[in-house]
Amino acid sequence: MKRRNLFTRGLVKENAVLVLMIGLCPALAVSGTVRDAFGMGLAATFVLLFSNIIISIMRKKIPNEVRIPVFILIISTFVTIIDYVMQAFQPDLYRALGIFVPLIVVNCMILGRAEAFAYKNSVIDSILDGLGVGLGFTLALTVMGAIREILGNGTFLGMAILGEGFKESPVIFMILPPGAFLVIGVLKALINKYVKKETQ
Amino acid sequence: MKNPALIFLGAFLINNIVLMRFLGLCPFFGVSTAVETATGMGMAVIFVMTLASWITWIVFNVVLLPLNLVFLRTAVFILTIASLVQLVEMFLKKYYRTLYNAMGIYLPLITTNCAILGITFLNIDNKFNFLNATVFAIGTGIGFMVVMITFAAIRERLDLAPINPSLKGYPISFIAAGLMALAFLGFSGLFGLM
Repeated sequence: MKRRNLFTRGLVKENAVLVLMIGLCPALAVSGTVRDAFGMGLAATFVLLFSNIIISIMRKKIPNEVRIPVFILIISTFVTIIDYVMQAFQPDLYRALGIFVPLIVVNCMILGRAEAFAYKNSVIDSILDGLGVGLGFTLALTVMGAIREILGNGTFLGMAILGEGFKESPVIFMILPPGAFLVIGVLKALINKYVKKETQ
Repeated sequence: MKNPALIFLGAFLINNIVLMRFLGLCPFFGVSTAVETATGMGMAVIFVMTLASWITWIVFNVVLLPLNLVFLRTAVFILTIASLVQLVEMFLKKYYRTLYNAMGIYLPLITTNCAILGITFLNIDNKFNFLNATVFAIGTGIGFMVVMITFAAIRERLDLAPINPSLKGYPISFIAAGLMALAFLGFSGLFGLM
């Protein structure tokens, strides 16, 4: 496969959240505002990228029988790093994301890429794959965050864009938990209707 | 100290783990196709969640805290839970065959279930004592099981309903879950709990 395809595949065609439906917990939980969604996406991308790099460098050294625990240890190292970095430099964001920062360690998207890609491919390919999948995850979260923040609060990244009148009576349930389920359900239905046809 | 009964209700209904906290969504959508499998999975989650809460509470308060190793929390917890699940599986297989047959196949799925790890983190973040951590884990597990079984019943009906093809499968399940979450919002404020 061409190198460029490695990057775009994870970004759009095999988007983790909207197409493959993995990594749903953080996608639904922290997509209440664009800032939280984008921050969560970048944190997961960081962990995915660096765990992919380390695992593909060490792929000949890791014994096959204990590869899963080794992957989990490598991933949890980077999760701990981002956990502490975020706590130090972005305390507001860290508080908003709550336990979902340490829970990146059980995100099946990251373990899935380690097992399915980084363990079998070269470092450069793993970097491209990690960036593609990670940024695809960020993109999906940001889209959901934008829809929910605009409808639920009338703002985008904190800026009022739907006017003062809307701000007084927004669709409040969009930023509450039920809105997350509804938004991803409608997005998935639209993808099924318009995107699947083209590929078939 | 907080009242254990209120912690139980809060974990069970008001902050329901699936619908309000968004933890354990993979089994919620993946295993809830029939009421029977949903029950097995729910039982396994209650069981492992309680055991994991005990073990990680002890590990955190007896080992990590005195030795100043709190930064190892994430790595230690996930490894503890993974080995605990393996151990439970082997133990049940050897000594409690009926129990193993009822929930054995769900145990490996639970290792990377974010609900289990999430509850152990919440126990620490909320600074629960041992009793409250137990009550919190059991309440959360029961909340998970009740929602799983209800949702499985809804999905069994959805299979027979005439649904637009682009809504079939995941989309309609998400929307049904959204309506359930809306109903569960009604519990917030119950007994003055948030």
